Amino acid sequence: MRLVVVSAGLTQPSSTRLLADRLATAVEARADVDVRVIELRDLAVDIANHLVTGFPSPVLGDAVRAVEEADGLITATPIFTASYSGLFKSFFDLIDFEALTGKPVLIAATGGTARHSLALEHALRPMFAYLHAVVVPTAVYAASEDWASGELSERVDRAAGELADLMLRTPAQHKEEELIPFEEQLAALRKKP
Amino acid sequence: MQFGIFSVGDVTMDPTTGVTPSERERIKAMVTIALKAEEVGLDVFATGEHHNPPFVPSSPTTMLGYIAARTERLILSTATTLITTNDPVKIAEDYAMLQHLADGRVDLMMGRGNTGPVYPWFGQDIRMGIPLAIENYALLHELWRKDVVDWEGRFRTPLQGFTSTPRPLDGVPPFVWHGSIRSPEIAEQAAYYGDGFFANNIFWPKEHFIRLISLYRERFAHYGHGTPEQAYVGLGGQVFMRKNSQDAVNEFRPYFDNAPVYGHGPALEDFMEQTPLTVGSPQQVIDRTLTFRESFGDYQRQLFLMDHAGLPLKTVLEQMDMLGEIVPVLRKEFAARRAPGVAEAPTHAALVEKAQLAEVQS
Repeated sequence: MRLVVVSAGLTQPSSTRLLADRLATAVEARADVDVRVIELRDLAVDIANHLVTGFPSPVLGDAVRAVEEADGLITATPIFTASYSGLFKSFFDLIDFEALTGKPVLIAATGGTARHSLALEHALRPMFAYLHAVVVPTAVYAASEDWASGELSERVDRAAGELADLMLRTPAQHKEEELIPFEEQLAALRKKP
Repeated sequence: MQFGIFSVGDVTMDPTTGVTPSERERIKAMVTIALKAEEVGLDVFATGEHHNPPFVPSSPTTMLGYIAARTERLILSTATTLITTNDPVKIAEDYAMLQHLADGRVDLMMGRGNTGPVYPWFGQDIRMGIPLAIENYALLHELWRKDVVDWEGRFRTPLQGFTSTPRPLDGVPPFVWHGSIRSPEIAEQAAYYGDGFFANNIFWPKEHFIRLISLYRERFAHYGHGTPEQAYVGLGGQVFMRKNSQDAVNEFRPYFDNAPVYGHGPALEDFMEQTPLTVGSPQQVIDRTLTFRESFGDYQRQLFLMDHAGLPLKTVLEQMDMLGEIVPVLRKEFAARRAPGVAEAPTHAALVEKAQLAEVQS
């Protein structure tokens, strides 16, 4: 199974990436997954260019395809101004709105203080709900002080367990683009609405 | 193979001088450019249709009728005619009229239009874009082929005993291309009718259009109009030339960087690599254009976008002189590479001949 990790951390090294990696490792311990990490920082200019031109550069197109074809996602963002970072949102704005339907997703975030933790519930979870993804119940938030706490590991394990379970139970459906023959398109219009 | 130009008709400030042409200047410039197209030996001039600023061509048949009166050979076309928000009855009438005035030098390219508010301004809903394109074109197709039409659909007042006048010249409707940037449904529609398919091929990487054109060719054959190679394919392209390629890059860069569609985005070099845009010497343009055939197969019509992004008229006319010099080379090279049995580019005379042949056979 393909597990794709999307990390929107901006610094290097980044605590967002650190959290994402810990989650990925915990999933790997529970399920046979190939992990691919997408660092949005490396794609920042390509993402902006896509917003302007309407098409992705080859490297961004490849990342978007990886997300769309993944069997499960781990998404991690720093919390900026009470929500996901703009880079994180801009990337998901480029994903086809039907591509995440039914896809298991683990949401995670980092921030300077624990006061921002509910941004996961108020911003990320609704965004993925809109995209019809299946978001695991445990969201993982790491404030600076959490990096000294054993509770973070417990949370990481719980969330990773939930994602691994979902991925094992609901293998991704890969939808082929279907062509509706012209007669059918025409006939559909002949019927009165 | 036909070569020509297509114009969006945008009024855009020249970023190097800060000068914005008036609407009158822009409209007159479009006409000058069309006349120049004939002068330098091109085959086609196509105008866009828009109903919002900063675009001027809201009334294509007015402009094309005027150009028709001042040209002898040039085929006049659209890029695109809004099949979604125009009344198909009015399209049937307007373009049949133009066809008579222009002695058959008319074809059309259908498009849906992607400007949200234009739909409600004309009483339609953008979410119904595809169904509108399908139903309206089905009616247009019938109006040009049946003298008396009884018709009822979802989007328009029913017709009983309606005859669209004038009837198409020589009983042969204008050739129709269907333009699409995204939708396989439109490639399917073009294939169903045996019409042409035009891929804008400007703003997106070629892989995207290869998929649409392959689908169109395959379905064209499926519907019994010929082999996939006999389908009618048109392509857009975008070039800027100077004798020395670095001069072309230097001169075009500010226009690229500030262009309304892709400006303030990727670097010119990246865009040239990722899309068919070619900025360079005439030879580079020839070489790049010939690669389109390798990507899309033999095709019938190549239109270039020349007047946009605020380029001044003088520059556009210089570009067209250069285009006039390379087109004979392109004609020769394309002809030499062309596989046998590929369809000729559609003209009124060819369509009349085909119709007569069909009549004799039946």
